Amino acid sequence: MKARIAHIASNTFREAVRDRVLYNLIAFAVLLSGAAILVGQISIEIEKLVVINLGLTAVSLFGIVIAIFIGIGLVSKEIEKRTLYTVLSRPVRRWEFIVGKFCGLAGTLVVNTFFMAIGVFAALFYVSHKFVRADALVLVALYFIVLEFLIICSLALLFSSFSSPLLSAVFAFSLFVIGSFAEDLRGFAGMAHGFTRWLVTGAAYLVPNFSALNVISSIAHEQPVAAQLIWHNTLYALFYATMALSGAVLIFEHRNLK
Amino acid sequence: MPAIEILGLEKTYFVGFWRKRPKCALRPLHLTVEDGEIFGFLGPNGAGKTTTLKLLMGLVFPTSGSARLLGRDWTDPEVKAQIGFLPEQPYFYDHLTANELLNYYAQLSGVPGKERSRRVESTLQRVGLTDVKGVQLRKFSKGMLQRVGIAQAILHDPKLVFFDEPMSGLDPMGRREVRDLMEQLKHEGKTVFFSTHILSDAEALCDRVAIIHQGELRGIGAVADLTSSVHGKVEVIWQGTHVPASMKALGAECHVTGDTVRAVIDENQQDAAIDALRRERLPLIALTPVRTSLEAYFVEKLQRAETTAGSGK
Repeated sequence: MKARIAHIASNTFREAVRDRVLYNLIAFAVLLSGAAILVGQISIEIEKLVVINLGLTAVSLFGIVIAIFIGIGLVSKEIEKRTLYTVLSRPVRRWEFIVGKFCGLAGTLVVNTFFMAIGVFAALFYVSHKFVRADALVLVALYFIVLEFLIICSLALLFSSFSSPLLSAVFAFSLFVIGSFAEDLRGFAGMAHGFTRWLVTGAAYLVPNFSALNVISSIAHEQPVAAQLIWHNTLYALFYATMALSGAVLIFEHRNLK
Repeated sequence: MPAIEILGLEKTYFVGFWRKRPKCALRPLHLTVEDGEIFGFLGPNGAGKTTTLKLLMGLVFPTSGSARLLGRDWTDPEVKAQIGFLPEQPYFYDHLTANELLNYYAQLSGVPGKERSRRVESTLQRVGLTDVKGVQLRKFSKGMLQRVGIAQAILHDPKLVFFDEPMSGLDPMGRREVRDLMEQLKHEGKTVFFSTHILSDAEALCDRVAIIHQGELRGIGAVADLTSSVHGKVEVIWQGTHVPASMKALGAECHVTGDTVRAVIDENQQDAAIDALRRERLPLIALTPVRTSLEAYFVEKLQRAETTAGSGK
């Protein structure tokens, strides 16, 4: 069982690499080096803040775009191209296929994030010529970004298990945008009354809370992150991704592959 | 123990915007395929052949019915380790090379690591792809992809192999190689179940065939039995170009081709025909019962189905 999941994950990773997904790293490197050189010349004591803000936001956005655009095709493309027929006619359970695909995409994003993180630290070193203890906080922000990717991957897979790639992209991207304002949505729910309050509260807790996972700004200002938040976010992301994946498995287990 | 037992498998799709209009793809199908047989599943496009195969592979779910493969429930994932499947017009991960693809499928089929590379190598050799094993599949022609499809179906040494239109996209040499391969599989004791439009292939290869049309089984039997149904007619062939008057008097339809004459007469007049040839001293070459070809049987079954459907309206 584990071996089959690992083989499917490894094939998904290999497909992403051979489809030149990691080429985004070049665009990222160009963007970050350009920004580092530019803010290095301006030099008004905010170089680090700009580099951290820009670097981590770019890591997040590049990853989200990859997660959505690969994730939405993970199942539907396999059905459309009928590559799934020769996989599921082997002793592979449908849930193993979904979990394998998820692990493969998540692995691709972790590797991608790893190389981007090297880029962020290189740009930081370029502008400040040294590392300080507070720079380690960037790792926490990167960890939260990876958690964000896990949620997005699972959602893209969920939509891909029943919808077309285009609709899946629309759903996933909409959820990402709404989720980025989840805290505001919860605030709005607190102010609403009656049925609207129930409706908005339900929606606010249903959409992924990406705003809680976004600590880029506070880390750029060298504000520490509470250990409790790290635990809370970890459990939240794992729970949300598991729920979305379970939904994907549930739908896919009953789907006719016409 | 039968290799395949299909016990009333039925599939109805619900189509239309609200998915309320039923469309029957397969009526309750009962079929048994014995161990070690080459079984042909024949039918025109849209007859329900691919639906049947997809049901057996667990790719679509039946409306009702069940099946047993190699004596086990067909939904048991472990039974699939003993099964090979070639889908119609197969498409594979085109970022992989033939070698990588077969390795991947061998891993999924549970082929042990030590044995894997040897098995992949021998399968590539068997389907004639050794020279291009390092080429990405996106550069393969349709015929080469069909060979890859056959390779992945037999890679893990399955006991039961399903081929959906295995000759599709192959040139005459390729078709012959696939026919030979199927015969080899039979000699190795495997059961082969294949769907095809090409009746000559079925006639040459199959022990038994089934004919399906509009989702319904129309006929089943040993090829030898289906093609030997004598319609009370015999074919007489003699040397020469002369047609005796007494032969014409028997009501024979005579055709002169080169220096032989071929006549078809009623079975009960064969003695009179032989006497007529003796009298005229014409050398008899052959006297054989008229056999129905598989194609004629197939067409007759389809026409009968069309007539029944027409009269029912």
